[in-house]
Amino acid sequence: MRIFSNLMKEIKEGHFVFTGELEPEKETDLHNTIKAAEELKGYVVACNVTDNPNSMAYISSLVASYLIQERTGMEAIYQLRCTDRNAAALTSDLLGACALGIRNVLALTGDHIGLGDYAKAKPVYDLDSAQLTYMIRKMVDEGVDLYGNKIHGDVRLHVGVAANPNCEPLEAEILKLARKVEAGAEFAQTQVIYDIERVKEFFEMMRSYGIKIPVLVGIFPLKSYGVAKFFDEHIAGVHVPEELMERITKAKDEPDKQKRKEKILEINLDFFIPFLKELKRTEAAGCHIMAVGYPEIIPPLTEAVK
Amino acid sequence: MIVTKEKPIDEILEYVEPYGKILVVGCEGCTHPPRGLREARNMAMTVSMGLKLRGKSVEVRSTSIAKQCDLYNCKVALEPQIGDAEAILTMACSIGVGALSTLFPDIPVFPAQNTVFMGVEDRESDTFKEMCRACGDCLLGETFGICPIARCAKSLLNGPCGGPVDGMCEYKEYTNKCAWIEIYERAKKFNRLDLFKKLRLPRDRRLETPPRMLVGGELK
Repeated sequence: MRIFSNLMKEIKEGHFVFTGELEPEKETDLHNTIKAAEELKGYVVACNVTDNPNSMAYISSLVASYLIQERTGMEAIYQLRCTDRNAAALTSDLLGACALGIRNVLALTGDHIGLGDYAKAKPVYDLDSAQLTYMIRKMVDEGVDLYGNKIHGDVRLHVGVAANPNCEPLEAEILKLARKVEAGAEFAQTQVIYDIERVKEFFEMMRSYGIKIPVLVGIFPLKSYGVAKFFDEHIAGVHVPEELMERITKAKDEPDKQKRKEKILEINLDFFIPFLKELKRTEAAGCHIMAVGYPEIIPPLTEAVK
Repeated sequence: MIVTKEKPIDEILEYVEPYGKILVVGCEGCTHPPRGLREARNMAMTVSMGLKLRGKSVEVRSTSIAKQCDLYNCKVALEPQIGDAEAILTMACSIGVGALSTLFPDIPVFPAQNTVFMGVEDRESDTFKEMCRACGDCLLGETFGICPIARCAKSLLNGPCGGPVDGMCEYKEYTNKCAWIEIYERAKKFNRLDLFKKLRLPRDRRLETPPRMLVGGELK
């Protein structure tokens, strides 16, 4: 198997890898995203660059992925979703990504268009994530597009997929992951999860179905009480553990802003360091840290479990 | 059945206002809720009164025929009743509007309905549910009677997306059950998870791209 990216190299070498997340928004200068990418350098091997998260119409993730790599040297995991593009547009963007030196792509079905700020737009879904994975593999392995037309030049991409250990019934999710692996997925990143026992259950079920794919488990550190509360109440299917929520709720009463920040950082580290230590004992290939707007947690977190 | 929803009366009045003689035509076909003779009569009265309120006195007649989607049927049943009608307002689904426009090219035909979907009726809960999108390549043989094209908000072919929570779909705020979770449950019950986990390749979208025709049994 050919290796095109640092992410895949690290995974193949058996290192416990960390990936980060960058969320470019409705903007044209990418100032904050570039700054965040700079801050994460050296702590994560690559960063996901989100593609219209929650179906908000933001700057192109392809352009953002390129500029992040170009300006900061941070390797991008280019997220590409099926909500907004048909198979032809997906092909064009993937070819463009190759030309721009992007080497990792996360093939996503994508949130429904009705969830975001373009709710009246047409949801496309010409392909789904499994079919997109299948198409990318054809491009990479055979040098042809979906319909067998020859591509001039190498297609050098690693394809990742999403998985959700919170899903109930879990077996439905495991079988879906099996299908993505069958289609040729090379790594998976999971939805945010706080329950390490559920993570273990997820791996156990993967094992029982003979599914082999490196999995990076997703975590979401909680920058403030507001973020924690929003996350707990509005991110469907994900619940912040009660004890963690209680501690963060208490910390919000600290009047000194700096002290409050330090306290919340400490609470997060108290929760996530043991979580990561436990995670390292599972089959997890790594951890995907979704700390958008909270890059300062990544150095102490990753250093603690080196 | 074809499920329709009546258009707002002001929209209907806007359509027919320029004409002095209007024929309202019901359809005794599959349109639901029923849009037959009784509904056509009520519509004729409403249009007549509505236009009167707008200061116009018009002649509004009503009738009804079986299945406006059948051109032969329309010709035989409706042609003798057209008389001097200047405009037709049909109670049928949009197919009826198209059929009557084809058959009577010299008379403008207007819809009284918005055609919403093909579905089933649950009388107990007064609910109509979309069941089919006429994709041209029926998958129901692999999905135990639940159409993922019609019942999944993303029309996915390869299982649930990451969206369902407790088996409910992310679209429309978790008020609908995820079609793929339902398919999973049925597949499991029938011991046919092989069908659930099957990798389905991209569809040939030409099968569902309009305008479609079936000519001598061949889809064109």
